Amino acid sequence: MDSVVSQLSIQDLNVWYGGQHALKNITLEIPRHEITAIIGPSGCGKTTLLKSLNRLIELNPHTRVTGQVLLDGENIYAPGVDVTQIRARVGLLAQKPFPLPMSIYDNVAYGPRIHGLKNGRMDDLVQHYLEAVELWDEVKDRLKSPATGLSVGQQQRLCLARALAVKPEILLCDESTSALDPISARAVERLLSSLKNEYTVVMVTHALRQAHRMADHVIFLWLGELVEQGPAEQIFEHPAEARTQAYLSGEIG
Amino acid sequence: MSRSQRRKLEERFFKAVMRVSLFGALLILSLIVFTVVQKGFRALSWNMLTQPSQGGYYLGGDEGGILNAILGSLYLAAGATGIALAIGLPVVFYLHAYLGRSPLANTTRLVFDVLWGIPSIVYGAFAFLLMLEIGMRASLLAGMLTLALVELPILVRAMDEVMRLIPPDLAESTYSLGTTRLELTRILLRQTLPGLATAILLAFGRGIGDAAAVLFTAGYTDAMPTSLSRPTASLPLAIFFQLSSPFPSVQARAYASALVLTVMILTISLLARLSLRQFSKHVIR
Amino acid sequence: MNKISGLETIQPAVESSRIQRRAARQQGQRWRILLDKLAGQGMGAITLAACALIIIVGYVLITRAWPLISTRTPGTLIFSDAWHPSQGEFGFWAFIMGSASVTLLAMLIAVPAALFSAIYLAEYSRARAVLKPLLDVLASIPSVIYGLWGVLFVVPLVRDHVSPWADRFLGDAIPFFANHNPTGYGLLSGSFVLAIMVFPIIVSVTDEVLRSVPQGMREASLALGATEWETTKLVVVRKALPGIIAATVLGFSRAFGETLAVLMVAGNVVQVPRSLFDAVYTLPALIANNYGEMMSIPMYDAALMAAALILLVVVLVFNIMARLILIHLSQESKA
Repeated sequence: MDSVVSQLSIQDLNVWYGGQHALKNITLEIPRHEITAIIGPSGCGKTTLLKSLNRLIELNPHTRVTGQVLLDGENIYAPGVDVTQIRARVGLLAQKPFPLPMSIYDNVAYGPRIHGLKNGRMDDLVQHYLEAVELWDEVKDRLKSPATGLSVGQQQRLCLARALAVKPEILLCDESTSALDPISARAVERLLSSLKNEYTVVMVTHALRQAHRMADHVIFLWLGELVEQGPAEQIFEHPAEARTQAYLSGEIG
Repeated sequence: MSRSQRRKLEERFFKAVMRVSLFGALLILSLIVFTVVQKGFRALSWNMLTQPSQGGYYLGGDEGGILNAILGSLYLAAGATGIALAIGLPVVFYLHAYLGRSPLANTTRLVFDVLWGIPSIVYGAFAFLLMLEIGMRASLLAGMLTLALVELPILVRAMDEVMRLIPPDLAESTYSLGTTRLELTRILLRQTLPGLATAILLAFGRGIGDAAAVLFTAGYTDAMPTSLSRPTASLPLAIFFQLSSPFPSVQARAYASALVLTVMILTISLLARLSLRQFSKHVIR
Repeated sequence: MNKISGLETIQPAVESSRIQRRAARQQGQRWRILLDKLAGQGMGAITLAACALIIIVGYVLITRAWPLISTRTPGTLIFSDAWHPSQGEFGFWAFIMGSASVTLLAMLIAVPAALFSAIYLAEYSRARAVLKPLLDVLASIPSVIYGLWGVLFVVPLVRDHVSPWADRFLGDAIPFFANHNPTGYGLLSGSFVLAIMVFPIIVSVTDEVLRSVPQGMREASLALGATEWETTKLVVVRKALPGIIAATVLGFSRAFGETLAVLMVAGNVVQVPRSLFDAVYTLPALIANNYGEMMSIPMYDAALMAAALILLVVVLVFNIMARLILIHLSQESKA
């Protein structure tokens, strides 16, 4: 894989929580404009890996990170890097929707305002991203009402619109459909799949079927170690490692 | 200046404001302790701690100490805590074993929170009226009863918070063995004993430091507290009355009283926190 | 034969003892249940009686204040500052304004500092585990000690430095800063001592409220590229606003009812304060200073109890408001 195709390049990444070694010597490439799924049993470091890609991992106290994460060739952990700029380029869709305590409109406008967009163009922008997540028709008459009034499925789509509104290059999804009802989950899944033309998507998932349906590229983690990575069909059809095989067949995890 | 620089500057500015606020306030609070220790240490002597006041609490008397106030305060707070506990324990048991998670339990909590908020001077005035009604004079007993009113809400809410930490499974699994609610209270008690000790210490500390409630009800005297029906001195009132005296020897007694009271309160407060940490190891969480 | 007859005699005995035991056990069971019920009723009665304390206190104060309340109009009682007990004039306005001004100024000093401190504690500080208990311990210092410190430190500071300085530079232009009181005992000293006293309380409650804001909400904001301060300002504080208001209201009602700390440094002159350095007389101080003479002047006892009643009503209203907000919040965060 050459550097033109890979957008994120992780080199020798280690993460410690206190004394616990949560990620061990991870080195891998994440290809541009594809959906990369991180799979593995619970507690294997999937979310840790995901959150180290936009430095959200640093919010946990007593966390230590070594190694490099290169975003278009630039190490995001280098001293002097503005972490807010990194996070504007690498967005997150969390496991549960967390609408901000403000109106639907302000939720979408929050990011652009912070990054200095003037209010003049805001209406169009908000409409554009609400349309992009197919929420516009449902909320256009109550843009000024609190976002907490929406259903959980609607909230998650709102959170997606909010993340897209800061124009990220990469979108991190942390089991983003697991808290939703099946219909909303399908809707979000479909939206994410359609996004890969413009965005690089990295998703953590517990559901192998979902990874099967969506992923182009798969990373398999096991107790903080990278066991195997590769194109989705290769991992699912012909896993090289015995542990991958065992996990996929349901023997472990 | 670029936008991102401005944002960073704003962050730094407000962080500095926060630090100044917090550490400034902590500095002032420590300054209070320091002032009390400095003034009190100079006034403190063996005689101060072992002799009752002599020569009036306002007029100058060079002799005597504050033993009457120390003992008075200890008696008052101990008696009040005992009375409050006798009322408070049944209330907390009723709250947890009988009301459980019913909405009535939360209403009761609200009432005790509100009782907590009533100023002690109002409790003092209330108790003073009742005393007039039944012809009771300012005395150690009246002071204890009034302080018990002040302590009760604190004790109940603190014990309640401790019991709320018990996982609900404990009550459920105990009930499934055929235990009655009354028998559950014994298990609740055993599970929360260290926490209850903390609650009792907190209430005791509040009682020993309160002045407004005992002002009308316990009175003030130079004599040692010997009887429930006689007035008694207390440390907070010793500070209040003796500080306003023009005589340095009487003021010195106020400073000594302040030091003794502060040391007592800080010790109790620390002990309360330590005991919670020390004993909670043995409790199932 | 023997065996059989023996069995025949034993059998009923066994049977009867089993019945007896069962009966005994049933009786024991009934006794346990009865005891359970009785204890419940007893403890319920105690709980009810304790809860009724609010009403009892209110009732007793009202009946004792009634002779005064029933014979005066609200105009002469509340909105008049004519306070001449020996002539039967009891206007509370000076005391109400005294209490209100000292408390409001104290909140003005304490609330911003407490909010910033609580935010630092809850959102930024890594030393929270040390600072929070330290603050709680300092919060347990009794109010007389604050009063003592006020007399020894704050009053001289105001008398010798703050008030002459303010009077010289601002006094002519703004009457609020003019100094007519050379003692140092007054509004500013009282407010400052009160502010220091309620500071730990407001910080403690606000800190709890801030920490109840879900971490995911902070992450959502940070993940959009917001700075920590932007997240705090735009998301966390906004989410916690009702709770912060509740914390402030709790602090207010605590300060409003505080007696000795204020009494010791506020000067206690019956007047509506016009300047920062004027002496003020608060409602609790009125009660504390005069209970000794309350039986010697007609209606004086009713007047002092009316003061206690005003205090009780104000504190109850504020407290109930704050508690309802906090209860609403805790239910919301559980849902």
